[in-house]
Amino acid sequence: MQAPPVIAPPTEDKRWRIVAAMMRKHGFKPQALIETLHSAQEVFGYLDDETLRYVAQSLAIPSSRVYGVATFYNLFMLKPQGVHTCVVCLGTACYIKGAPDILTAVEGVTGIHKGETTPDKQVSLLVARCLGTCGLAPAVVFDGEVEGKADPDTVMTHLKEWLTHEP
Amino acid sequence: MNLEDLHALAEQYHREQAQYEHRIVVCMGTACQSAQSEQVITALDSELKARGLEKQCAVRAGGCRGLCAAGPLITVEPGQTTYQGVKPDDAPALIDSLGGEPIERLLCDTTMPFFTRQKRVVLEYNGLIDAERIDSYIEVGGFETFLNVLTQMTPNEVINAIQRSGLRGRGGAGYSTGLKWNTVAKAVGPRKYVICNGDEGDPGAFMDRSVMEDYPYRLLEGMLIAAYAVGASEGYFYVRAEYPLAVKRLRHAIKQAEKAGFLGNNICDTSFSLKLEIRLGAGAFVCGEETALIASIEGKRGTPRPRPPYPAESGLWGSPTLINNVETLANVTPILREGSDWYLSIGNERSRGTKVFALSGRVQNTGLIEVPMGMTLREIVFEVGGGVPDGKRFKAVQTGGPSGGCIPEQYLDIAVDYESLRQLGTYIGSGGMIVMDETSCMVDVAKYFMDFCMSESCGKCVPCRVGTAQMHGLLVKITRGEATLDDLALLEDLCEMVKATSLCGLGQGAPNPVQSTLRHFRDEYLAHIVDKTCPAGVCKIHHREVTP
Repeated sequence: MQAPPVIAPPTEDKRWRIVAAMMRKHGFKPQALIETLHSAQEVFGYLDDETLRYVAQSLAIPSSRVYGVATFYNLFMLKPQGVHTCVVCLGTACYIKGAPDILTAVEGVTGIHKGETTPDKQVSLLVARCLGTCGLAPAVVFDGEVEGKADPDTVMTHLKEWLTHEP
Repeated sequence: MNLEDLHALAEQYHREQAQYEHRIVVCMGTACQSAQSEQVITALDSELKARGLEKQCAVRAGGCRGLCAAGPLITVEPGQTTYQGVKPDDAPALIDSLGGEPIERLLCDTTMPFFTRQKRVVLEYNGLIDAERIDSYIEVGGFETFLNVLTQMTPNEVINAIQRSGLRGRGGAGYSTGLKWNTVAKAVGPRKYVICNGDEGDPGAFMDRSVMEDYPYRLLEGMLIAAYAVGASEGYFYVRAEYPLAVKRLRHAIKQAEKAGFLGNNICDTSFSLKLEIRLGAGAFVCGEETALIASIEGKRGTPRPRPPYPAESGLWGSPTLINNVETLANVTPILREGSDWYLSIGNERSRGTKVFALSGRVQNTGLIEVPMGMTLREIVFEVGGGVPDGKRFKAVQTGGPSGGCIPEQYLDIAVDYESLRQLGTYIGSGGMIVMDETSCMVDVAKYFMDFCMSESCGKCVPCRVGTAQMHGLLVKITRGEATLDDLALLEDLCEMVKATSLCGLGQGAPNPVQSTLRHFRDEYLAHIVDKTCPAGVCKIHHREVTP
């Protein structure tokens, strides 16, 4: 099978090289799609239309399929994320130990729902299916740092710091 | 690489470690990490440096010891003194105590039932080997079994040994591992694949993550043996992207194994070759289903397809494919090392060996446990788990994740195995075990799981896509106190229909949490519907709600 011609990246941005390198590693085969989207999201933070079109052309697969895959998997973000990310775990252990109250509190103080970002682009709110930190339920992740045995008050304090902080 | 080379490596590692008078191993599992274990390491390091003791005492990150509730846990070798709840401020006292009396107030009692009632096969190294060094695994006998298998056993003998041991798939379905291997071995194809299913998606389950993070080499050895037995030359670890440390450790393990000559072409000068790669999931629960997982590795949307043909005959890119769960593969090496008879002696007649459970929820000793199959739920929850804290009353234990069910108090004395739990309307599942007390509302729990299945349904088949949404709607209605008995009848009908007609395990299992809670806690449903009250006080039923 002949490899498709190498497509030029949409912009001069050097970060495209990382994405291209991932596709090259997999011989520009269609099965490289998910790995490629992971690497694009890692360097750009999210996947915009331009990225999806570039990946589709490079791997010679229909844009519709690329879009289908990008929207199917929960971890792929099609919109830019906030400066900070707050992830509330809604695993079973966290759920029965009060995670719903934490989520309500977070939604109250940020004014956004899960999956959204505050208008000032400071905070993105996500929920997790299970972080595997069930021993310390309920758990909340602030920018990658897991806080175990969380309660609405401590979580609110943390968030208010983020929200009042000038960018 | 032969046995002598292996022993030389082990010896070298042993000598290197023996240079240190003391070795402190700090648990860096996720739970301990969020209890500041990283800061404990830093504090210990700087304290040692300040005293000029870096050459006498080594500090390093270790794996999960199991008792997450008491983290961070640290172990001082030699002597295996275990401490719990260590804070960075304790570093000076800890270093003072080296070689002397242990610190009483921090001691973790390893003679309590939590530790003594466990039987560790998969987790046999207790998180004490270095997960980032192949020679640390080799020192405890790693890869010896593989070398013996490769040079002294035929693939058929390996399959027979696994089949005779009675090992069953630890992903939840409990299919005989030996039979599965046999089918793949007999299947005809120019190329065969092995896949390790590390897409541990059940909420409340973190056994496989621990195995991948703490024992990546053990898992790799299991993959090697499996690939040799079925005749596969390529393989994949399919790991959730939510487990970055597991991915990092496995990647590192593959590199080191390639360097040591355990992966690649003509391994150890035989005709056996194996190439292993890692593929990341991207947050889709359904990808734990084997045909969906295969689609995902192929770069597609992770939707399942009807079986047969089973992956054993037509799997990845249409080739015969062996898919085993992480814990299943981690059992392979000890079985072949100690023999099938040894494995047969653990567990009960229907289910052999041990099972790793993630014990969490309203239980004293939350964490990771490994117990022989056939232990009763009462022993697990009240002896190993230490019972329900805060003087609350036990209500149920949930197993099997979103396809499982809740087991009430009157069945606590049943022996836990694949069949006994199935008779109670639940599954052993991948091993999540969540204890609930009187503060949990069973209708709310059923609603929680239905919400999970509804959002994780891939949308391919109608019964699951539409059925889970309809059932969720009815459960919401019940928890709001707005439902009638007709709604309940409709819910029960839908459960039967979705179970019977869905394409894959996600849809077929989705009604289970509802059916099992209806079976054991029907009165709670009736309380919501007829009396318009939530006995546990969880659901906010409108006319009863008191505004603060």
